[in-house]
Amino acid sequence: MTGDGKRPSVEARGISKAFGGVAALDAVDFEVRWSEVHALVGENGAGKTTLCNILAGIYRADAGQVIVDGTERDFRSPAHAIDAGVGMVHQHFRLVEPMTVAENIHLGWPETPGVVSQRALVDRTERFMSETGLHVDPTAKIWQLSVGEQQRVEILRVLARGARVLILDEPTAVLTAKEAEELFAVVRELAAGGLSVIFITHKLREVLAVSDRLTVLRHGIREITRPTEGATASEIARLMTGEERVLDVEHRVVTGDPALELRGVSALNDRGITALHDVDLTVRSGEILGIAGVSGNGQTELAEVICALRGLESGSITVDGSGTASMSVRAVTDLGVGHIPEDRIGTGMVLSASVKDNAVLHNYWTEQFAQGLTLNRQGVIDFARRLVEAARVQTRSIFATAGQLSGGNQQRLVARREALAADRLLVAAHPTRGLDVNAAQEVRSTILGKRDSGCAVLLISDDLDEVLLMSDRIAVIYEGRIMGVFEAAEADREHIGLLMGGHSMSEAG
Amino acid sequence: MILAIIENAFLSLIGSAIPASAVVMLAATGAMLGERVGVLNLGQEGLIGIGAVYSVIAVLSWGVESPWLAMLIGMIAAAVAGLIFAVCVVAFRASQVLVGLALALGGIGLSNQLGVNRNGTPIQTLFREVNPGGVLDNNDAVSAFFFHDPVVYIAYVGLPVVLYFVLFRTRHGMNMKAVGENPAAADAVGVSVTGWRIFYSVLGAALTGAGGAYMVLSFTPTWSPDIARGRGWVALAVVIFAGWRPGWAVAGALLYGSMISLDTTAQARGWGLPFMGASDLSFFLSMLPYVVTLVAILIPAGAVKLGRRVRSTAAPAALAIPYSREER
Repeated sequence: MTGDGKRPSVEARGISKAFGGVAALDAVDFEVRWSEVHALVGENGAGKTTLCNILAGIYRADAGQVIVDGTERDFRSPAHAIDAGVGMVHQHFRLVEPMTVAENIHLGWPETPGVVSQRALVDRTERFMSETGLHVDPTAKIWQLSVGEQQRVEILRVLARGARVLILDEPTAVLTAKEAEELFAVVRELAAGGLSVIFITHKLREVLAVSDRLTVLRHGIREITRPTEGATASEIARLMTGEERVLDVEHRVVTGDPALELRGVSALNDRGITALHDVDLTVRSGEILGIAGVSGNGQTELAEVICALRGLESGSITVDGSGTASMSVRAVTDLGVGHIPEDRIGTGMVLSASVKDNAVLHNYWTEQFAQGLTLNRQGVIDFARRLVEAARVQTRSIFATAGQLSGGNQQRLVARREALAADRLLVAAHPTRGLDVNAAQEVRSTILGKRDSGCAVLLISDDLDEVLLMSDRIAVIYEGRIMGVFEAAEADREHIGLLMGGHSMSEAG
Repeated sequence: MILAIIENAFLSLIGSAIPASAVVMLAATGAMLGERVGVLNLGQEGLIGIGAVYSVIAVLSWGVESPWLAMLIGMIAAAVAGLIFAVCVVAFRASQVLVGLALALGGIGLSNQLGVNRNGTPIQTLFREVNPGGVLDNNDAVSAFFFHDPVVYIAYVGLPVVLYFVLFRTRHGMNMKAVGENPAAADAVGVSVTGWRIFYSVLGAALTGAGGAYMVLSFTPTWSPDIARGRGWVALAVVIFAGWRPGWAVAGALLYGSMISLDTTAQARGWGLPFMGASDLSFFLSMLPYVVTLVAILIPAGAVKLGRRVRSTAAPAALAIPYSREER
């Protein structure tokens, strides 16, 4: 299905882009043809979205060329890209909630009549809908629509402006299975009509179902571009995740008492949709259980229910045999549970408070630091000095604010603080995300040290390398379900990659 | 007899409330313009002062003889202050609350300083009442309601009609609202969030400045320190009361304006409270605009709590939130 003489619609040549000195894309070549659906595949942070943001005029590349239909372009804004026929539908929709579908489609568009009436906008919208075959009630307000319908409005808006190259950033991440099927049909239809569709995803099933060709990105570098026909899910999974081990960790098989037990746990996410389905997990003292999965599959909610930050719909959680269902966050903390949160800036620390105050954030009320209503100032200072030294946090002074620390130092501080607080269980969510190699190694050895001292560790990470490196046992999560649990010795990267991409145990063989 | 006294008091109240409220109306419209694109300017009180003092300077020191030209000068001065504010909060993304408060205090201080030698000097260059002679009888009731200067008509009829039309009947207004509701969405479709926010902050400041100019060129025809006397704050409350809708701002401004006039009238006539043993109503009446504000804010909040979404009267979602494309 690569008609139209295989002429390229969009070409990126040698694109590089760095954020804060960290390379997101390194000399990437990328080519999409007319009448094809091109899957752009990779793990989180592989650079997929960054590349497409450059093609759509949101970011500007540090180096390299963008060529659209044979003409070199230098987009300074999304509007420029749209004028050249390149339109992007973002993972987080850019719609104005209190406005109608018709109004949203006509926003910021020079072709919208200067004086508008709801009637005229609706008429025009209905015309676009019959041209493209996508239908949504044009008079509905955005907040009244389902997520799938909102996405259709975004696609309509881009197509109405004459986009010939449509970029969809993880379009199925927010959709139900049925909505996703409908989207695939739409995408195939558009490509059959001569358009190019760039489909960003990390779900292997979708790559195989929808694309004509695929490109795999890994750590900002293009691994391969090839026709989808003949590609296998396991091959793509291997290219996505790579095969490398940095540090040698001795994995153990532990048979002690469970420190943490989840039985039939279900929970909702912030949008009120079930994020965890009937999860059973056990973590024993002295072992690391790694949760492998693409982020957004319930990991955040999993960490939160264990730390009592989120309520359960059903099921039970016990820490050392005590049920935590009705416990407050502080009561769970007092059981000896530490939590390195995913969002360390938002939930891990108070940026405007000093390093010393952040050092005792987890337990400032305990006898060690407080007498009645007053803080033992000297005790806090001594503790903070020791913590900063042990964690090798680079700071001017413990009286500097936490916001003045670099990201790596913030993470070191939080990791060490929580590790100290955790006697029985440490929940570490993406503990090395965004860290450089050295900082990551230090945080990892802190976590390994906890394990060796007999603490149970639940390690959540979307970096499969890290999960395989650190874990004694590995559980794979996909759409809120545990797809399988393995001993480290029997864990197979390819197999786990397939489970992460939504294949069941039997399919993955 | 008693009826006549009440009627007389009522008409004089209306007669003074309408022009007094025009100041609030102009400032509320100015504030609303900025807020519709997501910029909260708490400096209304200062902008009224700046608009007023520059109009006074134009008349007394520069010999300007047209009240329109004097008002224009006041508007330009306020617009310059508004531009400084907008550059701080839009281009440099400083806190709108802090810079707005600084503008309020700074504007009051600046205008008091500039006006210090002109205290109490009467201004002769005034707006004249429009008398639609022949059409209406020249009795007290008609004149209280309808015989006012052109600025009153512009403030109560012209501005709300134009603003309503632009906001709800044009492509431009649709884009404006998008900037205030979801700047990322507006940016994604090519609307310059920074440009629009600065433009409407400056235009809004000019309108508020017109309110200040109107005070000294109409019903308080002299400079006195702290000239706004809380009207800037009241204007901010009117915007909330009106649910960011221009038509409702007329009702809000008249309501608040009447309460301010009631206070002044009561003081002038020495009305006392028949209860609580108070011989002076003014404490109670001075409090009234703020109590009403509190109630006006609580009603929509309460309705939300009761499960009804009052989306049409909700604040623009991005109000007072700086926008940056690179932050996700």
